[in-house]
Amino acid sequence: MLRRLATTFTALLFATASALAQSPAGQDGFVPASSLPPGQEIPAAPLLIGSYATFLLLMMFYLWTIWRRIGRVEKELHELQRRQGAAGR
Amino acid sequence: MRTLFVPLVAVTAAMFVYSPIYIANVPYESTMLLVQKIFYYHFPTWIAGAVAVLLCGAASAWYLFKGSAVADRVAVASAELGVVFGAFGLVSGTLWGRKAWGTWWAGDARTSMALVAELIFFGYLLVRRYGGPGSEKLAAAMGIFGAATAPFIYKSVDWWRTIHPKTSVMGSLTATEGGTIMWGAVMYCTVTFMLLLVVVLQARVRLEELRARVDQLYLSLED
Repeated sequence: MLRRLATTFTALLFATASALAQSPAGQDGFVPASSLPPGQEIPAAPLLIGSYATFLLLMMFYLWTIWRRIGRVEKELHELQRRQGAAGR
Repeated sequence: MRTLFVPLVAVTAAMFVYSPIYIANVPYESTMLLVQKIFYYHFPTWIAGAVAVLLCGAASAWYLFKGSAVADRVAVASAELGVVFGAFGLVSGTLWGRKAWGTWWAGDARTSMALVAELIFFGYLLVRRYGGPGSEKLAAAMGIFGAATAPFIYKSVDWWRTIHPKTSVMGSLTATEGGTIMWGAVMYCTVTFMLLLVVVLQARVRLEELRARVDQLYLSLED
């Protein structure tokens, strides 16, 4: 009984290990499909929307940081130019 | 180039607004279906990111060997853009992989190498920010070696066995009528992202120019 259990367990272990070791091959090309099976939209939609929303938010935030940094440096530049003008007089 | 800035911003914004409409009308991919539509932003992001890091490498080399201040400004601006585009590429790839591969992170050659490149350029920005005087040259060396990873990342899917789609995907698209529509959408989005890269790079280089003028004024006031 114990030997049978040990054999089954070992066989299962080897089967799992070999299944995990074989990763599927990369796709060679994209084949277009004309329709979408029902139920496909729901699980994929949050990921798709999440991806596009992430890009939008990330880019908006990044552009805002550039705009803010330029504004800050321009302010500093004007202040320095004013000080330089006052020192020149 | 500065006179072109506003028209370029307008064209880029208009192209971005139209891009979801274009993508929505493109046929679904037969195996991945809806989630494959992430591709239309994912691929152009990596193209723009790759151009940014290669530009950073070239500008860094130019700065290191010729001492050009303009090249140094281009290098830091493009490194930052490489990090931003790379971050979105990693996030969108993770979301795509969750559905297509059943895992958030496959840890294959392409994704792992892309993460390493992202960390190198993040390191570049940290060196520039906290490295103190002289850090520009150290960062330039990082920029050159960081850019050298780009071709390896691109070819990694062909050289090693990974679950990531191969580089042949783009070439295979034009073989069918539906694929040609998909190819057109990818090209449209790639042009849009390249325009975004040009526009933001211009703004970012302008920031570096202003910083250089501020530094010069501080020095002249001290004299």
